[in-house]
Amino acid sequence: MSLITDLARLEAVQSGRAQAVATVRHRHLSQRPLVLVPLITAGEAGAPLGALVGTERTSPRLLVVPQPRDRDLRFAFLAELAGVVLPYVDGFASEVETAERAETDPGTGKRVKVEVELCADAPQLIVPSRSGIEFVRLLGRSMRFRRTAEQDPEAPYPAPPHVPLLGRWLTHFGERARVPGSALLLAMTDLLSRHWATGQSTLEDQHLGALLAWIEAPDGTSGAEAALRAELSRDAAGQLVCPPAGPATDPAFDNQLLAPAIERYDKARAAVSAAEDAVEADIRMGELAAAERAVHALVESRTRPTWDAVWRGLDALCTLPEGPRATERWTRDRWSFTGHRDRVAAGEPPQPRRDDAVTAANKLATREREQARLDAQEALDDPLVMAGRRLTGEAFAGEVTESVPAYNEKNRPRPLITVRTDDAPHLGERTMVYRSLDGKPQAAEFVSYDEEGGVVLRVLDKMGRGKEPEPGSVPEKGDTVCFTLFEHEQRGGPKLPDPEETPWTHGGPPRTDEAGAPVPEAPDAMTSEDLL
Amino acid sequence: MAELRGPDTPPRPLDARALAALAANPGCRRRALLDGAGVDKAKLADALGSPSGFGQSQFALTRGNAFEAKVKADGGAELLRLVRERLGGGPEPVPGEARTPDLTAAGPEGRTARTALALREATAEAAGAGAWTFLEHPMLALDVAGTPAFLEPDAVVVHPDGTWTVVEIKSFPMIDGSADAAKVGAAARQAAVYVLALERVAGHLDPPPRIGHRILLVCPKDFSNLPAASAVDVRKQVSVTRRQLDRLTRIEDIADALPEGTCFDVTHSADALTEAVESVPATYAPECLAACELAFHCRDRARAAGAVTSLGRGLRAELGGLTTVDEVLAAAHGHAGDPHDPAVIALRRAAQLRAEALGLPGPGLGHVASAEEAPACR
Repeated sequence: MSLITDLARLEAVQSGRAQAVATVRHRHLSQRPLVLVPLITAGEAGAPLGALVGTERTSPRLLVVPQPRDRDLRFAFLAELAGVVLPYVDGFASEVETAERAETDPGTGKRVKVEVELCADAPQLIVPSRSGIEFVRLLGRSMRFRRTAEQDPEAPYPAPPHVPLLGRWLTHFGERARVPGSALLLAMTDLLSRHWATGQSTLEDQHLGALLAWIEAPDGTSGAEAALRAELSRDAAGQLVCPPAGPATDPAFDNQLLAPAIERYDKARAAVSAAEDAVEADIRMGELAAAERAVHALVESRTRPTWDAVWRGLDALCTLPEGPRATERWTRDRWSFTGHRDRVAAGEPPQPRRDDAVTAANKLATREREQARLDAQEALDDPLVMAGRRLTGEAFAGEVTESVPAYNEKNRPRPLITVRTDDAPHLGERTMVYRSLDGKPQAAEFVSYDEEGGVVLRVLDKMGRGKEPEPGSVPEKGDTVCFTLFEHEQRGGPKLPDPEETPWTHGGPPRTDEAGAPVPEAPDAMTSEDLL
Repeated sequence: MAELRGPDTPPRPLDARALAALAANPGCRRRALLDGAGVDKAKLADALGSPSGFGQSQFALTRGNAFEAKVKADGGAELLRLVRERLGGGPEPVPGEARTPDLTAAGPEGRTARTALALREATAEAAGAGAWTFLEHPMLALDVAGTPAFLEPDAVVVHPDGTWTVVEIKSFPMIDGSADAAKVGAAARQAAVYVLALERVAGHLDPPPRIGHRILLVCPKDFSNLPAASAVDVRKQVSVTRRQLDRLTRIEDIADALPEGTCFDVTHSADALTEAVESVPATYAPECLAACELAFHCRDRARAAGAVTSLGRGLRAELGGLTTVDEVLAAAHGHAGDPHDPAVIALRRAAQLRAEALGLPGPGLGHVASAEEAPACR
C-alpha cells in the first residue's frame, strides 16, 4: 500500500468518512450483472444453505436448501441455480463479432492472422465478498465431476442435468477471478476498497456492511459510527442487525434460529412419511410446507440485506466514470469467455483437478503479465494512482522548459527535451522512460540532469518517417508531460511447449488410453450416508 | 495470580488454542498476563461492555464430532492405517490388534498420570512386541508461567518403533490434497503445543522416546466424509511456541508492575475493570480480532487514542516515529513535525501529490497542472 493510500485512510479516520483513492472506475461493470449472494452451512464443505440470485435488483430469486445435509435437496438447489445462471451465461454466447487472432499455422509453422468469433459482451458475476469468490470456486469444483444419469446410467447418485455444466462454468469464473484486473467474477468488497479508503483496517474492510457505511455516510454524519453499528449491533434477541455478507453465517443465527427451524422441518418430513391415511397426509403436508416456508424466510432475512448492499455498492461505483483502459481489459475477459464457450461446445472434458505443468506455467505467466499490465494501466488512467507511482520514483511529471531538435548518426530526429519536475525519479544512465501519446507509448531515454536539476531526455520514437518530427509528436516548451519508468504495454513471455511435448522432468505428456484419447478424470468418491 | 483473578474464581484452563494464539501476538502484555492468570477473557469482555464475537455454530460442532468419531471408530483401525501410510514407523497394523489403553481417571491430574503411564507401557511394549498403540483423548500437562495447563489432543499414536505421533482431526475439507492454508496453520500451531507437552512426558523416560516432528492432520476428503490424511511438519511452530512459553515466565514481572490491588474479577463494576485492564499495556493490531476475546475492547481504546496501528501493522511501519492519526496528518499538512525527518518529508510530498491529483486546494506544486488540465497524464 502506498503512502498516498495510507494518508487517505488517516484522513478517513479524522473526517469519519471514506476518502477517494481513485478518480475513475478501474473495473468494467456490466449493464446487466448477475448478483449472487450465497450462504453455506457451517462445518460442511460445499453444502449450500441458500442463495439470492438474479439480474433484477427488485426481484431476486430465492433458493433454499431446507435440510443442507440432504443430498437430494442439495441437488435440487444446484439444479435451480443452474436454471438461473446457465440461461444468463448462454444469453451472451450467441451474439458475436469477428475478430482477428494470430495463430501458428500447423503446416508452415508461420504466424498467420485468422478470423475468429469474439462474443460481443460477456456475463459478469458479482458476489458480496472475497470468500464468496472462494465459494464459487468450491461449488464449481464440487459439481464439475458429477455424473448425470444420461452420462453414466450406473452412477450411484446421478446429478440433475446441467449441474456438471454449471460446475464447469463456475470453475471458469473462479479461475478467471485470479487474473489481476479481470472482471468476469468480482467481489463487492474488493471493488469498493479499490476505490475508497476507510478509516479502518483492510481486514475490517472485508465486512461489506461496515465498508459501505463508511462510503455512504451522508454529509454531517459519521461513517465510523455507522460502520461500528453495522459490524456489531445486535437486536434484543441477540441477532446481528446487519448480517454478515456470507457465505458463512453468524453462529448465533445458526444456534438460535436456524437449527430449531431445520429441526421442525425434519420432524414435519418424518410425520408426512409416517401418515397413515390420505386425510392425515394432507394435514401433515401442510405442516411440512409451513416448516419449509419458515426456513425460506430465515434464509431470505439473512441474504436480503446483503443483496441490497451489493446493489448500493454498484450505485456508488457507477458515480465514477469508467477508466478507458478498463474497457480494454474487459475485451480480454470477453476473449476468456469466448474461449471457454468454445471448449464447452467442442465437448472438451471438465477442467482437471490439477493443471499439467504447461497449463500451470501458462496461468502463472498470464497472472504476472496481467498484474504488470493492470499496474501500468491504472496509473495511466488515473492521476491519483499515478501520484502514487510518482511518489515512489517510478514516474515524474513536470513542465517542458526546453525542446531542442537533434539528430542521430543516421540523420533521424532524436530531439532533446528538458523537463523541470519536483518528483525524484530513479533515473540512471540511459534509463528508458515512456509517456502516453494518443494512447500509444512514446519512448525516451534519460541523458543527464542540467545545472538547474531539470531532466534532459532524448525522444526516440513515434515521430513519423520524415526528417522532421510530425507536428505534435515532440513535447514543446511549456507543455506539461508525465513520463513513467515502467513500460505501458506488456510483452508475452517465452513460448512453452504444447502439453503433449511436456518433458519428463515436468511430469511428461498427459496420460492417454490405448486409443490415444485423454484419460477422463474420475468422479469424486461418494458415501452412501450424508448425515454424519 | 489468584488475587488478580478474584478470590472465588477458579482459573480458566489454558486450552491449546489460547496457547497457540499467543504466537500470533507475542508482544501483548495484556493478553499474556490475563492468560497467565487464568482470567476468562470472554467473560471479562462481556463485563467491559465489548463482548467478543466468537461462537461456534452447532452445525459445525455436530459435524466435527461426528467426523472425529468416524475416524476413530473400530479402535482407531482406519486412523492407524493412515498413520502408517503417511508416516511409517512399523509394520501394517492388524485391525483389532492395536492396543487401546483405557485412560479414564478422576480429575485432570489423574488423567495426566494415567496417560503418562500408558505412554510408558506402550513404548516398552513397542520395543518388545512391536505393537501399535492408539491413545484416544489423552491428557497432557504443560507448565505455563508456573501453573499446569491441561491439554487434550485428539489422539496420540505410539508406533512399533517407539515413536510418538500427535494426531489432529479437523472438519475442514482437504480438496484435491490441499486445504485452507490459514486453517492448516492454526492446526499446526495447536499440534505444536501438544508436541511440547509430550516432550515433557518423554523427558521422564530413559531412554527418551522419539517424538515425531511431523504430526498427522486428518480432514474430510473432498466433499465426502471419508478421511484424508497429511503429514505436517511442525518443527517451526514448536520452536516458536517454546520460545513464547519461555518468555511467559516474565508474567510475574508484568504483575509486579501493576498498581496495588488490581483485580480482574468479572463481578466488579465495568469502570473498575476498565481501569484494571488499562493498567496493563496492550499491543493491539487488527489481527487480534480473529484471535483474542478482548480485541473489540482494545480496538475501541486504540481508536480513541488515535493510534495508527488500528489501521494495520503495515501502515504503522511506514510512518516512522509518528504514532497517532493527528500527529501524522499535522505533519503531512505542514503544521507540525520535523521538516528534516525523512518520514515527514515523504508524508508532505504524498499529501501534496494527493491534493494535486484530486484537484483540491492544497499545498500546490506551482507549475504542475492540476488533474483537470492533464487527465491521465497524457
